[in-house]
Amino acid sequence: MFDRRNLLKGAGLAALATTLNSTRALALDTVTLPFANGERPLVKYPQKRPMIGLTSRPPQLETPFAVFNEGPLTPNNAFFVRYHLSDLPYNLDPDKFTLQVKGKVDKPLTLSLKDIRKMKATEIVAVNQCSGNSRGFSEPRVAGGQLANGAMGCARWRGVPLKTVLEMAGVQAGAKQVTFGGMDGPVSDKTPDFVKALDIDHANDGEVMLAYGMNGEDLPFLNGFPLRLVVPGYYGTYWLKHLNEITVIDSVYDGFWMKSAYRIPDTPNNAVEPGTAPKATIPINRFTIRSFITSVADGAKLKAGRTTLRGIAFDGGKGIKEVQVSTDGGKTWTNANLGRDLGKYAFREWKLPVKLVAGQVELKVRATGNGGETQPDTPRWNPAGYLRNVVETTRVTVA
Amino acid sequence: MQRTVLLASTLALAAWSGSALAAPVNYKTPDEVAAFKPGPNLEVVQGNCTACHSSDYIATQPPMKDRKAFWQAEVTKMIKVYGAPIDDADVGKIVDYLATTY
Repeated sequence: MFDRRNLLKGAGLAALATTLNSTRALALDTVTLPFANGERPLVKYPQKRPMIGLTSRPPQLETPFAVFNEGPLTPNNAFFVRYHLSDLPYNLDPDKFTLQVKGKVDKPLTLSLKDIRKMKATEIVAVNQCSGNSRGFSEPRVAGGQLANGAMGCARWRGVPLKTVLEMAGVQAGAKQVTFGGMDGPVSDKTPDFVKALDIDHANDGEVMLAYGMNGEDLPFLNGFPLRLVVPGYYGTYWLKHLNEITVIDSVYDGFWMKSAYRIPDTPNNAVEPGTAPKATIPINRFTIRSFITSVADGAKLKAGRTTLRGIAFDGGKGIKEVQVSTDGGKTWTNANLGRDLGKYAFREWKLPVKLVAGQVELKVRATGNGGETQPDTPRWNPAGYLRNVVETTRVTVA
Repeated sequence: MQRTVLLASTLALAAWSGSALAAPVNYKTPDEVAAFKPGPNLEVVQGNCTACHSSDYIATQPPMKDRKAFWQAEVTKMIKVYGAPIDDADVGKIVDYLATTY
């Protein structure tokens, strides 16, 4: 399964994981995520470096957390992969690929990839995060993909605004939503195909993008080649891969993946009492604000004295106002220095020189957004394990 | 002359559209190595569950207090929500296998 080069890369990655994250490498080709039943294989797919394998059919790959210490843009070959249904377009021909734009429009369109690439391109740096990111930390545990914190990534996306394409097609009066379908689908025709919807105003906001480029390259196949939807600030469930169907409708879409799946409690903080069911739900939408230490792993042994902590923060699109770090378990907090601003949807790097004193130390990080939103001290809970954004704690031994 | 022009325009097209000019993707995933653990009614589980997904979907689920209720709910979801064509007679066998094995 691993050739020699990948073995070496895997070994390097495993060593890195040992020093840099709560992902501990047990063996060359296995990692153990820090929750019960967290053992996973490290797997190598074409166009990807060794990744944490969640499932193989359909493929679901988690980014080893150490990658997030490399910089604010997540490399394409380390970007997480999430599919719902097993019939992937493994043999798609980009020259024959077409995008249909139809429904309540004056002029239905069939666009080739070349047509789309000829249009005026825009770029945006934006985080994509799986709704189920960090689900494995939910307590009590819940069913679903058991992910640690690696089902997220930040990339520079290149493509055309959805608004431009909708204008070409001419949206008719009375349009309420736009639905999106991709080339991947179910194995059985009894399984609901994966279709998502955005309100018409959101679809027309000029930021939602049909992207063919990612960090200066074509999209990797497993990240939606040749075209995917980019919905800045919104959870990955809306970022349709292998996007080939856009339909304007004059109703609120009631398919399974909107009406029943990917719902959050309709409560003020979208949480309920752990272990209970919500009375009413709404579709999941914007990211909660989060921050992480990326330079030190949970359980690490550090030398007493001066060192520099670093990490990342992001939110649902207001942008990061400040990041505070505590080296005493949350008693006192110090403002970190923010790195380059790549836009309000991007990972924002932070750094802070600290002086560590000997003993068992709890490092904590907390971000505040431009809208005033910050991270809670205790985790919120909901039945699907969504929206985790508790202040994360990294426990280290200082000597 | 005509040939040269054609060649030049082909090259220009190739440079402009990059890898989009390449043939079908033909993406190959690694072999599926995950397998179900041995247990009662294993063949019923293999026959039903693997049509749509690999066994690691099951193996990676969290340890739950009430395993039987958890797996009963999962099997019911597969049938009711995802349309899994599982015979009524097999439902109990599958739940038993999952609750005793995972």
